[in-house]
Amino acid sequence: MAVIDLANPTRFLSLVDRVLPWLAAATALVFAYGLYRVMGAPDDYQQGATVKIMFLHVPAAWLGMMGWGVMTLAALGTLVWRHPLADVAGKAAAPIGAAFTFICLITGSLWGRPMWGTYWVWDARLTSVLVLFLLYLGMLALYWTAEDPNRSARAAAILALVGAINIPIIKFSVEWWNTLHQPASVMRLGGAAIDNSILVPLLIMALAFTLLFFTLHFAAMRNEILRRRVRSMRMTQARSA
Amino acid sequence: MMSLGPHADFIVASYAVTALVVVALIGWIATDYKAQRRVLADLEQRGVTRRSQRSGGDAA
Repeated sequence: MAVIDLANPTRFLSLVDRVLPWLAAATALVFAYGLYRVMGAPDDYQQGATVKIMFLHVPAAWLGMMGWGVMTLAALGTLVWRHPLADVAGKAAAPIGAAFTFICLITGSLWGRPMWGTYWVWDARLTSVLVLFLLYLGMLALYWTAEDPNRSARAAAILALVGAINIPIIKFSVEWWNTLHQPASVMRLGGAAIDNSILVPLLIMALAFTLLFFTLHFAAMRNEILRRRVRSMRMTQARSA
Repeated sequence: MMSLGPHADFIVASYAVTALVVVALIGWIATDYKAQRRVLADLEQRGVTRRSQRSGGDAA
């Protein structure tokens, strides 16, 4: 099957039906191994056992941003090639990205209370991630209130492109402004600043979260294709009535 | 038994919230899939077809 064939919704559905069980099994296995490694990871010399929150918080933050990245690529597919699967991909990514961003905010807040002495502070990193979450909610409102997916597709694509400006702001906020949030310690010039005993479980958990994202994304795309088929059939039924 | 230190409540709450959100997301997507399949099967049973099915294509 050529890659271009996947742009056909029926062939895409057939591929998803075959791939999804394997993807779900791989996600469960990597999560099980990741959690096993997390339990064996040592406490941080400064933060103690609260470093265990990092194994959820950091992957959730990455996936929250990646979700918007998927929506940005989908927006280009909608606006440039006007392909209906691109909008399906964008719409399917929105609730998943919102959920990961929510996890990032909640776990960050629960980590901040014992380490910083506060659940929340209006610094650049926390505020820009909150803006990302609000953008996700705006996107969901746009998708869920529009009756005709063809009409919402263009507006959603434009919102996705505008919101993409926030992604580099989140990434570099800790360097551009003086923040309470610590600077990058994994993806930075000069290599990771974390010991391997903590870095390896973190990367395994990041892989598990990424597999979970794509498992859920493919499943949600399948749902959206079916929803559009239902809509199309109901319109046909209404016309012939 | 793994020791989580004096801030165990915050650690346990983080894992609990994450598990809850992920399970809710999986449940919502699985329920939505069943609902769409059910409606689609019902429409097909009543003889309703998509325009692309009549013309031999297979667009969404």
